[in-house]
Amino acid sequence: MNSLQNYLLLSSLLFAIGLAGALTRRNAILVLIGIELMLNAANLNFIAFWRFGLNPSALTGVMFAIFSISVAAAEAAVGLAIILAAYRHSKTTDLDQMNSLKG
Amino acid sequence: MTVAFFILALLTVAGTAAAMGLRNAVHCVLALTLGFAGVAAIYLQLDAQFVGLTQIMVYVGAVAILAVFAIMMTHSPGPAKPAAYSSYWILGGLVAAAVFAVLAWAIHSDSASLQPEVTVQQIGDALMHHFVLPLEIMGLLLTAALIGAVVIAMDRSEEPK
Repeated sequence: MNSLQNYLLLSSLLFAIGLAGALTRRNAILVLIGIELMLNAANLNFIAFWRFGLNPSALTGVMFAIFSISVAAAEAAVGLAIILAAYRHSKTTDLDQMNSLKG
Repeated sequence: MTVAFFILALLTVAGTAAAMGLRNAVHCVLALTLGFAGVAAIYLQLDAQFVGLTQIMVYVGAVAILAVFAIMMTHSPGPAKPAAYSSYWILGGLVAAAVFAVLAWAIHSDSASLQPEVTVQQIGDALMHHFVLPLEIMGLLLTAALIGAVVIAMDRSEEPK
């Protein structure tokens, strides 16, 4: 096990934790936080591959991580606004009760 | 280096697992802050200082605060209410565990390790020359997201004055 594999294992563990949260939590805000955790795992992969890659002076991994963090910030703001709008509509953030489209 | 990595990794995994496992939503966000800070420390350890500090400012400073405000405004259930998990929690946990197993199985490769020397000046140069178009698009995206979030979250039930 070299150190790149350690970082990749940590990143996949973070991804799995975020996926578990996004799939199992009932609160819509916590589901969004699980998605943020999965994005964080992807950023960690970018940085780890940049650091242990063949050409780190090209800065590609760092740039991709910076842009990815910006997109994640925009996504969090819009996602929480959508959750607020849905809460105003259905008076709950419980995803098991937001079932008006269920057949 | 490995000892520091394992301490930080333990901190990060403990924080994020608590963030996804606790019942009280506010406690979840507080634990999430610990996990984000752990990821930022790992970035610093990987010689990506700028990304690490950006992570602290954006995630610990902004996203966690936004989540706390959203919990406050939606009156999310406190610790007394049971059943924090969806009815499919066994299936969801199994899917997540299977994804981790596949990823861990796929991580095999060797790699060369160089010591990169990257300054903030280099990052700024790259942003202003090679990546200037993505930077402009990112500014446009952030402006659109800002306006869009305000419009979506606006309360239209009151009469406009």
